[in-house]
Amino acid sequence: MTRVALPSPAFPPRAPEGAGNLRGSESFPDAAHHELANSQLRRNISNATHTIREKRLQVTGELPDWEQLRDSGSAIKTDVMNRLPELLEQFEAAVTARGGVVHWAQDAVEANEIVAGLVRETGSEEVIKVKSMATQEIGLNEHLESEGIRAYETDLAELIVQLGHDTPSHILVPAIHRNRSEIREIFLNEMADVDPHLDDDPASLAAAARRFLRHKFMTTPVAISGTNFGIAETGTLGVVESEGNGRMCLTMPQTLITVMGIEKIIPTYADLEVFLQLLPRSSTGERMNPYTSMWTGVTPEDGPQSFHLVLLDNGRTAALADKIGREALNCIRCSACLNVCPVYERTGGHAYGSTYPGPIGAVLTPQLAGMHGSHDPNSSLPFASSLCGACFDACPVKIDIPSLLVELRHQKVEQAAFGSEAAAMRAASIAMSSSGKFTVAQKAAGLGRLIAGKKGKISALPPPLSGWTDARDIPKPPKQTFRQWWGSAEGQREIADARRQAHE
Amino acid sequence: MRIALFATCIGDTMFPNAVKSTALLLTRLGHEVVFPPGQTCCGQMHVNTGYQPDALPLVENYVESFGDESIDAVVVPSGSCVGSVRHQHEVVASRYGTPRLCGQVETLKAKTYELSELLVDVLGVTDVGAYYPHRVTYHPTCHSLRMLRVGEKPLQLLRAVRDIDLVELPEADSCCGFGGTFALKNAETSTAMLADKIRNISGTSAEYCCASDSSCLMHIGGGMTRLQMGTQTVHLAEILASVEDHAGATA
Ligand code: SF4
Repeated sequence: MTRVALPSPAFPPRAPEGAGNLRGSESFPDAAHHELANSQLRRNISNATHTIREKRLQVTGELPDWEQLRDSGSAIKTDVMNRLPELLEQFEAAVTARGGVVHWAQDAVEANEIVAGLVRETGSEEVIKVKSMATQEIGLNEHLESEGIRAYETDLAELIVQLGHDTPSHILVPAIHRNRSEIREIFLNEMADVDPHLDDDPASLAAAARRFLRHKFMTTPVAISGTNFGIAETGTLGVVESEGNGRMCLTMPQTLITVMGIEKIIPTYADLEVFLQLLPRSSTGERMNPYTSMWTGVTPEDGPQSFHLVLLDNGRTAALADKIGREALNCIRCSACLNVCPVYERTGGHAYGSTYPGPIGAVLTPQLAGMHGSHDPNSSLPFASSLCGACFDACPVKIDIPSLLVELRHQKVEQAAFGSEAAAMRAASIAMSSSGKFTVAQKAAGLGRLIAGKKGKISALPPPLSGWTDARDIPKPPKQTFRQWWGSAEGQREIADARRQAHE
Repeated sequence: MRIALFATCIGDTMFPNAVKSTALLLTRLGHEVVFPPGQTCCGQMHVNTGYQPDALPLVENYVESFGDESIDAVVVPSGSCVGSVRHQHEVVASRYGTPRLCGQVETLKAKTYELSELLVDVLGVTDVGAYYPHRVTYHPTCHSLRMLRVGEKPLQLLRAVRDIDLVELPEADSCCGFGGTFALKNAETSTAMLADKIRNISGTSAEYCCASDSSCLMHIGGGMTRLQMGTQTVHLAEILASVEDHAGATA
């Protein structure tokens, strides 16, 4: 019998390089270096995250069944990931049955082209946008700009970022790194017809933005949104927000285009009950979000008369193919993990170089876009965590982010072990594989006593250990290791004394 | 009880006083403490840095060293190493080890305890008869807090210490910034976290900052000596082993 060589199935494609915003230009430590020096940013972020943190704890503490809700959220999402293809087909059929048009986009490039083509068909050169992570991820605004189409963000914080020629630094509060006097400056410089005497009172700033946006709502025929949830059973999409600007976009224009990551599916309408409790409490610390908008296909003579849904993969199938890493796709983008993360608190979101910052970004970004060798900035993301675990405790769908980070570190090393580090780790493994070798290594550590000298501490070491001694001393290694003491006559005498005391 | 002491690589080499104190304390409480000499390291650094295959020999060495059935419990004066034994050994064993190793890992996982867990949950004591006339603030390290969920146990033990002036640490549960190789790979972010931790410690005017993880204490202490702060670090075991007549291992 001849053997037939079957080709091994190709690994699903990752998000492509060069398109979209899933890769920064520098590694996390380098980017963090710049951000850490910005004391204004540190203060803005620390104030904002501490406020949201407190509010979140308060409102989650109110619900006696909060932990069960988290379990339910986690179970629903896990089920979704396990049967995603089937649910997506059900969803597509439901959307189509209700008059929507479904497009499938393998990656950012395809999605951008589909959306630009749809806008072009309407003849409009302007679109208004509902705040959306998916369109940030694919760099849609930039692509539309290159096609001569101007996109206006209508979420206040997103508008601030856009007018400030800046990038978002938080999932939910994209302008978290800005304070109100900075915002006033941005408005004065960038908004046409703004009152030159604008002050930095939040109400005045909001009023200025409202005037600017109202005009856009009334005149722009096309809107682009993302979605928080897509319901497979009914083909319904939903957006939750605080300002109501999204609702304006979803109802006023003639054409609505929604870009949705394929992982945003939930099976049934009833599942919303769980997520509409989990999401607002986790993200803004509110019991309910002020505006929940839902739409299903097209309703004659009410709202947009043309509805397109772009289902975006962009590395999600690749993430799903990884048994352990797929848990990250359960994320509902509440940003609770960012707000409790001590690393995010110090560096802010830009250091992560991706649309998805913070702990979940450190997990999701490398999964969607891959880690191409040691020089890929995304390779540094799994290491941008002290593994303190605060994110796991905060996550409403119980994503075990620390374990996923450890898993990704493993994958990173498997794919491209760092030269000298790998050698050091191997050496340490050998040295500690038996007590005989370990005691020899301990003697070498004892050499530290020489370096420490009379000062009793070590204050300067060569790289990479200089990272430690730039800011911290190392204590002088003690004269005697524990095992030497235990094996010594003195040690045994002390233990015998202690034993006597026990019987006294 | 027959309790085996896991000194941990860093405890054995750099912080023998914390390990000695653990041994003396448990002996004084009437238990038989043994030190299996084959032991070395739990492998946490390898796993957390991404080198799981290199952790396998260390996991094997751990089960060999502590596999003796006459051992009732293994005590570790380090929360993060217990976290590694409980949550990481399984991962390494199931990926690279034999089914036999997986079984041994399961057994050992169930009887490996951090010091405060052993004292409060297993031995049922909160007052160990310690005496420590100092102003102390307690930093609950992340792994003890969130991986092991030791909760109030260390504080229960500390509150029972005679003459101690225990002061609350503001923002106690925020990470000190150590995180193993994180302190090297992201040294600047780590330092920024440490700076805030030290500011909070300094605000308490404590003489000692106490924790149950030597590595976090090395990080915090290293920052404090660099700043010539005058506050020292002390391991929980050292306070608990300290008594009026016999000054304990800390004397
Ligand atoms: S990982 Fe969890 S906590 Fe973080 S944004 Fe996603 S759902 Fe929220």
